[in-house]
Amino acid sequence: MEEILVVQDLTKSFIIHNLAKHIEALHDISLNLKGGEFVGITGKSGSGKSTVFKCIYRTYVPQNGQIWYNSQKYGFVNLAELSERQMIYLRKHEIGYVSQFLNIMPRTTARELVKQAVLEMGSGEDYANMEAQRMLEHFELDKELWDCYPGTFSGGEKLRLNIARAMVKRPRLLLLDEPTASLDHASKIKVRELIEQLKREGTTMMGIFHDLEFMENLCTRVYTMSNGILHDLQI
Amino acid sequence: MDDSERPVLAVRNINKQYGQGCVNCRGAKGEGLLKNYCPVCGTVYACRDISFEVYAGEILGIVGESGSGKSTMMECLYFDQEVSSGEAYIASYKGGETNVFEESSQQKRYIRNHLMGKVYQNPLMSLKMNFSSIGNIAEKLISAGNRNVGQMKVRGEELLEHVNIPVYRMKEAPKNFSGGMQQRVQIAKALSNNPPLLLLDEVTTGLDLSVQASVLDLIKSIQRQLKISMIIVSHDLGVIRMLADRTLVMLDGQVIEQGLTDQILEDPQHGYTQKLVQSLL
Ligand SMILES: Nc1ncnc2c1ncn2[C@@H]1O[C@H](COP(=O)(O)OP(=O)(O)OP(=O)(O)O)[C@@H](O)[C@H]1O
Ligand SMILES: Nc1ncnc2c1ncn2[C@@H]1O[C@H](COP(=O)(O)OP(=O)(O)OP(=O)(O)O)[C@@H](O)[C@H]1O
Ligand SMILES: [Mg+2]
Ligand SMILES: [Mg+2]
Ligand SMILES: [Zn+2]
Repeated sequence: MEEILVVQDLTKSFIIHNLAKHIEALHDISLNLKGGEFVGITGKSGSGKSTVFKCIYRTYVPQNGQIWYNSQKYGFVNLAELSERQMIYLRKHEIGYVSQFLNIMPRTTARELVKQAVLEMGSGEDYANMEAQRMLEHFELDKELWDCYPGTFSGGEKLRLNIARAMVKRPRLLLLDEPTASLDHASKIKVRELIEQLKREGTTMMGIFHDLEFMENLCTRVYTMSNGILHDLQI
Repeated sequence: MDDSERPVLAVRNINKQYGQGCVNCRGAKGEGLLKNYCPVCGTVYACRDISFEVYAGEILGIVGESGSGKSTMMECLYFDQEVSSGEAYIASYKGGETNVFEESSQQKRYIRNHLMGKVYQNPLMSLKMNFSSIGNIAEKLISAGNRNVGQMKVRGEELLEHVNIPVYRMKEAPKNFSGGMQQRVQIAKALSNNPPLLLLDEVTTGLDLSVQASVLDLIKSIQRQLKISMIIVSHDLGVIRMLADRTLVMLDGQVIEQGLTDQILEDPQHGYTQKLVQSLL
């Protein structure tokens, strides 16, 4: 399979001006991801795992290095330098991101959130409604909650909604930052089923997990991180 | 969403100064100044070389502290004020090839009435408080060349309904309305000619929190339904976080940083932006 993502020598520091502080979070990270792969990343808290994802998604601006992504629309592009406009397009259509923390838009109902994700891609109302419903059902989000604001949801409910919103797009590249961390056993199994289904459908995925056992049976390869440096891990 | 697509609005190097300048600052457009004014002659450089684009269906946020030049920039774009120098191109006007600041006042009036809508922080800036609400909207329709009273009434009702002003209150004057309702009437008026671009300057500032939220909800739903492009100015990062796809940060008349809104909030580069974001946490 061809490469979907090739990260080369990625370096990211945070410079906090008023504290004159300089935090080196990533040091010369290189990794690659082929189409259809599911690559895992594990490592201690603070080692830089989420920072890698956020650089790919352009939430963070890297100092150095290239993030080559093989886009359906644009071909190979360097996400570190792509125009904001094109990055917005890729976020809407090609790259999904489930964040570790639940930054769900306030004052939009659960159903609307998932539906908007479909509408953003240019689908019609009816299709968007149908897809939203299908996803919310799949993740067994209580029907009572569908038309409520997620602000009051439990951690697990918010997370399932977050995942539904990212997965409903069937993205070409899906980044999962600890998608199972706050879930109970049954919900974990749901997420796992969906990951397996997406894998069968050919979605390329990268996930951060603490649960090695979970990764073992799903991942094609696993990287570990420590102190901003990435290593291969044989499993 | 093509890359070759022309931005709905492209702004190039807008400068706006109050005062004549002196040997210390003249010619330099205030470039060498630390702040936005000349300590020698007192000339204020309210906007300094501001450039940006707004694309179709996009919300661009502008944040910055009081006095950073946000309102001045919006006033220049809406021809409320004349720029000192700079260019602006509107895709739906002469193919986006003409600097609108150099057009005649008649052409500018056309652009204002057909191609833009503006919502001010202070509703007095755009509403006649003693006119009926529907009359306020008719005024904008008339200035855009409408003459058919029946059609205008239908359009006015449709617009007010869209912004949740109950039908039975349409004949009332905005002076009887609450702050939130006045903003709704302003929004309806700004939308009346289906402009491709809406300018919103601190539209929720000074409103109660719950009223703020409902006005923001309205703006969001309008953007989704009508796919209209917007520039939203606010000193409130919460508003920007909720609405803007991309954000510019202004300080002392200059754009010091711009990026995707989540990037500005989570990985601000400039010391000033870092301070601003910290105040949100
Ligand atoms: N926005 C930020 N501003 C400043 N420092 C940051 C920021 N984000 C991350 N860091 C720092 O970068 C380092 C890596 O953080 P990161 O969140 O990537 O770790 P992680 O491996 O995902 O940890 P965890 O398992 O706890 O989620 C940490 O030292 C963290 O404090
Ligand atoms: N008519 C004027 N004459 C002289 N200076 C002016 C005039 N109008 C505005 N200024 C100055 O221009 C600068 C920019 O003002 P502006 O109103 O654009 O700021 P702003 O960013 O909108 O602030 P706020 O958040 O308080 O609304 C300020 O220093 C202001 O004092
Ligand atoms: Mg993390
Ligand atoms: Mg202002
Ligand atoms: Zn001077």
